[in-house]
Amino acid sequence: MDFISRTGSAIIDYLHKRGQSVFFLFHALQCAVTCGCKIKSILRQTIFIGVQSSFIIILTGFFTGMVIALQGFYSLNKFGATALLGPAVALTLIRELGPVLTAIMVAARAGSALTAEIGSMKVTEQIDALEVMGIDPYAYLILPNMVAAVIAIPLLTAFFNVVGIWGGCLVSVKMLSLSAGSYFGEMASYVEMRDITNSIIKAVVFAIVVFWICLYVGFNTKGGAKGVSSATTKAVVLSAIYIFIWDYLLTSILGY
Amino acid sequence: MLKPVVIKADNLYKTLQGQEILKGFSLSVKQGEIVAIIGQSGKGKSVFLKHLVGLMKPDSGKITINGVDITSADRKGLTNVRKKFGYVFQNGALLDSMNIFDNVALPLREVLNLKEDEVREIVLKELELVGLRDAVWKSPSEVSGGMIRRVALARALVMRPEIILFDEPTTGLDPIISRAILKHIRLLHKKYKFTGVLITHQIPQAFDVVQKVAMIYEGKAVVVETPENIMKCTHPIVCQFIHGRLDGPIKEDYF
Repeated sequence: MDFISRTGSAIIDYLHKRGQSVFFLFHALQCAVTCGCKIKSILRQTIFIGVQSSFIIILTGFFTGMVIALQGFYSLNKFGATALLGPAVALTLIRELGPVLTAIMVAARAGSALTAEIGSMKVTEQIDALEVMGIDPYAYLILPNMVAAVIAIPLLTAFFNVVGIWGGCLVSVKMLSLSAGSYFGEMASYVEMRDITNSIIKAVVFAIVVFWICLYVGFNTKGGAKGVSSATTKAVVLSAIYIFIWDYLLTSILGY
Repeated sequence: MLKPVVIKADNLYKTLQGQEILKGFSLSVKQGEIVAIIGQSGKGKSVFLKHLVGLMKPDSGKITINGVDITSADRKGLTNVRKKFGYVFQNGALLDSMNIFDNVALPLREVLNLKEDEVREIVLKELELVGLRDAVWKSPSEVSGGMIRRVALARALVMRPEIILFDEPTTGLDPIISRAILKHIRLLHKKYKFTGVLITHQIPQAFDVVQKVAMIYEGKAVVVETPENIMKCTHPIVCQFIHGRLDGPIKEDYF
């Protein structure tokens, strides 16, 4: 009986927390209608999430493109199909690695920072202070970050894809002695507009999922410095897990 | 003429993490009156204050502010009621991403949407009042605990609220700064005639500021009296508490 009651209470607790997180997102979106968006805050957060992440996105995108080109060359060379290296790099980046790695990098840099910042605001009663002043923390803290993420992450993904393709080009042309003409020429005939729109759709969904998790976890932080540190870890780990789950779901929904 | 009751807490019960904190707590505060709440640490003083602004909801019982029941109010209703309040948090709760000026300016910009030159004028005047005119561009991490409390006081007052809640505004400060803050609260009260609740351990210094004192014990307001009657030491629980005696009706496993 004890086992049944404990399992039941764990299930209720889990459902309660999921319900709370849905309410959290709903309330933030509701604020967009009732409170309106402050352009200045959105711009400030877009710079924080987007512009300040651009260097690590260039770095990871460039090396990812390079390694895909190298691995792709070894595989395609076995079938004598190295002419398809350009499309292979581009499709791998645009359809999969661009949106996934960008979202993970942004979660690790900006998402974790926001969880820590909002978490420490929570434990030091700064969020309570906002509420008491009649300032809705959802409108003041949550909504600008959500909107900024939805603007910044698709742009960073596009950035990642382009830089990655150039990284692949560097390896193909300079190291593997392929011609730049065949690298880019074949790419244009294999990469369709749908691949690019699907990449952007994935980036938008990942932006919502990652920042929903990071902001929700930060907003519900309890218990001082230790609470902030465990909330930050939890936010990054959950973000990465949910990016992979949603990546599979979106790939199966969006198709080829 | 009898002054109207502004804050009325009726039979509040609240359990947190399995521990009963409030067990039938009731208190009324009349217009223009400041009531001090004294009692042991961790026994529900701050919890009660958070109930007054809807940051916590009681398990049962009712709180009315100017006759409006806030325990059943929705988010919008609560936001309206909160506009009447100023709240000085125990550790100031200043936004550490902003400097002192922006902290005090925040409600003027976000709630009243005032123009920047009006904001500037009001904020500088308010900071002048608490003697912080020279520290306006510093961040909260660059100033002392006493200054943080004064900024918190300025931020609470900048909207000219009807009701101000003070959660231990002098705890952890040196005796001179504590006395200066209490004196400042008294002067502001004289000037603006706000209604207030003051949680304090500054006994008897804080009693100069208040008209009534409520002692919280075992989740209830066991005594609500004038400061003079409290100091007469007629109630054994209050008497033990204000004199800090280990022997008496308050039995605790201290160490």
